[in-house]
Amino acid sequence: MSILTFRNVSLTYPARTGKGGAAEKRVLDGINLQVASDELVAIIGRSGSGKTSLLNLAAGFLKPTEGAITVDGTPVTGPGADRAVVFQDDALYPWLDARDNIAFPLKLKGVALAERRAKAEVLLARVGLADAGDRHIWELSGGMRQRVGIARALAAEPRFLLLDEPLGALDALTRTRMQDFLLRIKAESGAGAVLITHSIEEALLLGTRVVVLSPNPGRLTAEVEAGFNAEILNGASVADVKASPIFKRMHAGLTGLIHAGEEELAA
Amino acid sequence: MTLLSELDALAGETTDETPARAARPLPIAVISTLTVGVIIGLWALASAYALVSPVFLPSPRQVVIALYNLVVTGFVDATLAEHVGASLYRIFGALIASILIGIPAGLAIGTSRVGRGILDPIVEFLRPLPPLAYLPLVIIWVGIGEASKITVIALSMLPSIILSTSAGVRAVSKDHINAARSLGASKAQVLREVVLPSAVPSILTGIRIALGAGWTTLVAAELVAATSGIGFMIQSAAQFLVTDIVIAGIIVIALIAIVLEYVARLIERRLVPWASHR
Ligand SMILES: Nc1ncnc2c1ncn2[C@@H]1O[C@H](COP(=O)(O)OP(=O)(O)O)[C@@H](O)[C@H]1O
Ligand SMILES: [Mg+2]
Repeated sequence: MSILTFRNVSLTYPARTGKGGAAEKRVLDGINLQVASDELVAIIGRSGSGKTSLLNLAAGFLKPTEGAITVDGTPVTGPGADRAVVFQDDALYPWLDARDNIAFPLKLKGVALAERRAKAEVLLARVGLADAGDRHIWELSGGMRQRVGIARALAAEPRFLLLDEPLGALDALTRTRMQDFLLRIKAESGAGAVLITHSIEEALLLGTRVVVLSPNPGRLTAEVEAGFNAEILNGASVADVKASPIFKRMHAGLTGLIHAGEEELAA
Repeated sequence: MTLLSELDALAGETTDETPARAARPLPIAVISTLTVGVIIGLWALASAYALVSPVFLPSPRQVVIALYNLVVTGFVDATLAEHVGASLYRIFGALIASILIGIPAGLAIGTSRVGRGILDPIVEFLRPLPPLAYLPLVIIWVGIGEASKITVIALSMLPSIILSTSAGVRAVSKDHINAARSLGASKAQVLREVVLPSAVPSILTGIRIALGAGWTTLVAAELVAATSGIGFMIQSAAQFLVTDIVIAGIIVIALIAIVLEYVARLIERRLVPWASHR
């Protein structure tokens, strides 16, 4: 069991001078968060509230201005394969086919060609793309691309999956299917996950916990234990879950919380 | 060219929708072929009626014969194939040299502030210089042999290879780099596995432009200082007023340039089919 910890993390972007310059901006303030590897923590918040910044800190792309981020007590000093990122616009490599994209982290580790392709084949099957290994990236649909992106992250055998709105660009139908897929693949992998989304419904369906990030500066203002994902994994239908009174109440509560911020802003 | 053919296609579509209005317009290829035909026809007429002295303008027939003779017996101690071979040897020698130097230099400019600071002024100095301006200096330095020609041609190719490499490097997607880092890539691996491959389309474009520049420089350099090569052949023919060989040589130069461009485009399409899908 691994634990990813944010302790009193703040982030201030420095002022930018010159054309299109901006003043110094405090984007995250006093973030405390723990994510265990049996969890999927969903982070919701309006756009601009600092969700991507938070994830980039966990990934090690950014360094906190204050506070510390640790994995099992060891400070995060930069990006690493123990925290694999899945991006909103897939960030797959167009010069590699689907199979070699998935095999990419294995190549980085020095795994021999035949072996890494065999492993990629297994992952392709696991994400439901057994026949798509030879395809060019641009021949894949948005949903398929995200599956490849997720398989690529899994190939790194990370302790945590960091998912920045991975389903944000998909159409509603594909998105629903991918939510179910994500739930199962995460459970199988044994990795912890941080999922950023601005769909309250998605956060509730997928998250073991849902935390709300309020903007200006970004603070974690609420946290709910969702637990619907366990029901779905145990065979409950998504439609039934969504229709249940408790789901509706939580949805309404979270909606209110996020809107509260908007009213403050308008006032 | 693509724009023109697209406009043409558009025009084609509109006539499709209203077939009664007008006949299909002539394809551009037909117009171009006709133009070439007319020019050759006028040229043939001008020489047939002796409007221009054959010393200045031999007939198309004479040029074809000259070409044939060039292939079979040659001119100034070498056949056409040998002259062309000498020229191609120089241009590809120079291309290899400029790729070996230019790509690392472009990577240095694109990835490091220090590299950029050091190399930028050198490239900016070299880029606008006409290669023939530094040819005499290069001859003083490395002598009159093959080395000086290859050096000059390589120098004329270098800027476009360096600049296209650094432009390609700077255009690499930040997400692509971050993805690799979060999947466990070291700095060197990011460079080799992400930065370099994403710069390849830009580098290939640079090589294509470099080939064009190099070919121009080559012919000019051979006019000035050489004992073989297609440029030297033309220069020698001109000294003896063998105009048919001069014209034949010019046609060969143009044809080779077209073939080089075509092959370069073919390689681009085969090697980086993804470049158009980014
Ligand atoms: N590199 C940066 N420099 C300065 N400000 C930034 C930078 N990246 C993001 N921001 C600002 O920080 C805030 C949060 O951005 P982000 O983390 O992308 O939010 P979200 O993902 O929730 O939309 C936004 O106001 C954005 O303009
Ligand atoms: Mg974002």
